[in-house]
Amino acid sequence: MVGGSSGKLVFTVNNLSVHYGRNLALKDVNMEIRSQRITAIIGPSGCGKSTLIRCLNRMNELIPGARVSGEVLYHGEDIYGPSVDPVVVRRHIGMVFQRPNPFPKSIYENIVFGAKINGYKGDMDELVERSLRRAALWDEVKGKLKKSALDLSGGQQQRLCIARAIAVEPDVIVMDEPASALDPIATTRIEDLMQELKRDYSIVIVTHNMQQAARVSDETAFLYTEVDEKTSDRWGILVEFGDTSQIFTRPRDKRTEDYVSGRFG
Amino acid sequence: MKAGIDDGLAVGNSCQRWAGGRVESGISLGQCRPTRRRVWRNRRNLVLVILAAAVTVLLVGLILYYIVSKGIGAMDWEFLTSSMPFSFRREGGGFLNGLVGTALMVGLASVVSIPLGILAAIYLVEYGGKNWLAKLIRFFSDVMTGVPSVFVGLFVYTALVIEFGFGALMGAASLAIIMMPIVVRSTEEMLKLVPQELKDASFALGAAKWQTIVRVVLPAAAPGISTGVMLAVARAAGETAPLILTALGSFQLTAKLWGEPMSSLTLAIFDGARNPFAAGQARAWAGALELLLIVLVLTVLARLISSRSRTTR
Repeated sequence: MVGGSSGKLVFTVNNLSVHYGRNLALKDVNMEIRSQRITAIIGPSGCGKSTLIRCLNRMNELIPGARVSGEVLYHGEDIYGPSVDPVVVRRHIGMVFQRPNPFPKSIYENIVFGAKINGYKGDMDELVERSLRRAALWDEVKGKLKKSALDLSGGQQQRLCIARAIAVEPDVIVMDEPASALDPIATTRIEDLMQELKRDYSIVIVTHNMQQAARVSDETAFLYTEVDEKTSDRWGILVEFGDTSQIFTRPRDKRTEDYVSGRFG
Repeated sequence: MKAGIDDGLAVGNSCQRWAGGRVESGISLGQCRPTRRRVWRNRRNLVLVILAAAVTVLLVGLILYYIVSKGIGAMDWEFLTSSMPFSFRREGGGFLNGLVGTALMVGLASVVSIPLGILAAIYLVEYGGKNWLAKLIRFFSDVMTGVPSVFVGLFVYTALVIEFGFGALMGAASLAIIMMPIVVRSTEEMLKLVPQELKDASFALGAAKWQTIVRVVLPAAAPGISTGVMLAVARAAGETAPLILTALGSFQLTAKLWGEPMSSLTLAIFDGARNPFAAGQARAWAGALELLLIVLVLTVLARLISSRSRTTR
């Protein structure tokens, strides 16, 4: 299933399956993610949305017992290839998490962290200002860059995390329910920010808020849980993937239609 | 509608065992016996807890009072800056030799045991997890924290002292063995408290594992680690038994690391306190006060460090 529109291919996911220990978590996902758009992944709880995006930057490996099979081609190159270092993958594909997780350091230190570990030689002050401006946070924090990031509000912390992610100049930013811990106003700001950012980056966002997916995304993937009746094992599958307008107005699959029309989940 | 717990007792009789259930008309809530009993128990337990706390504080207070009141008499500039006279009977002199010995031996033991202990804890939390080596290290650390310190002294005595004689180095070795498991286990607990979200954030920015440990995990755990380290240092500074078997004690001020017995504050207190002469006993009290102040300063320093760098909201 391919989203029927132009844009350069960033990710091609082929037959991706994920196991945690013996349990299958995600089965046979095939999808394509294009540059300079927002791709949303929606679906009920426990259907493997987070698992799927954590495969895009090899963050899944940090979970003990996680196993990935299939291919994730990033600009044509398999990121699970034998010669690929996961650290390098993560330098290209940034991530924003569900709960804001700034380091317990100053705002300034948070932004320059990635640059420092990557051996950035340029002007750090300039980098901090540029990143914070792009994350629409500069005006609120420019006077207190040396203050602890933990003094910021939840929404500001999440924008700081976005600024921190873009400070290392990634190619793609994956966001795991970036607004689910925030109030509606902070959520709106994050969504506006995503629209700004998609000019320069490809964004993949997991959300269980369907309105959010409909508002912000260009393409949408719908994941759903399959259950084995005999063993009651559950795993996620990709049910449908396409333009957001098509998914929400003319879904091809009955399960998608039921979900987006609010009949379950 | 029932409010509260119904565990099969007669409902409707509101003032039985449970204060919940339906309240009959005409019975005021204030008359319910279980409530009164609960209030009484609450007060009784509160009083017991306060008493227990008071007894603890009282004991500590008495110890502090005795040490200060008995020690302050002999505590003067001469005591801090000169060594022991060669007889317990003679007045004057001080524990400078013991202070130097304690500083030297605790310092040497710290230089070895703190880095090793922290590295071992990093291995346990970040690399070992539940493998056999990690389990082994944890098991032996636990055993070692429980071993009476005199055994450590005996071990160093047979392993080193018989061959090389008494000295500061042997004393430091025994103190390092005592400090190591404390550092390992307290650091491990602190490292375990560092939230996975912080490590994830670092990994997601393209940090390698070691970079994450050095730049995120250790700074986040630093206040707790420093508290544990200070506890270990204070413990080592207060050890006597292993030093009797390894450093032996000495009247002289010396900085030789081996080949010559070395004094320490605790050894000097021990020797001074068990002799029958008033001058020696007075010096022992003053030495106890000096050691108390040192440990106090270390503890306050640890507190200051941990309160200055905040990790959580």
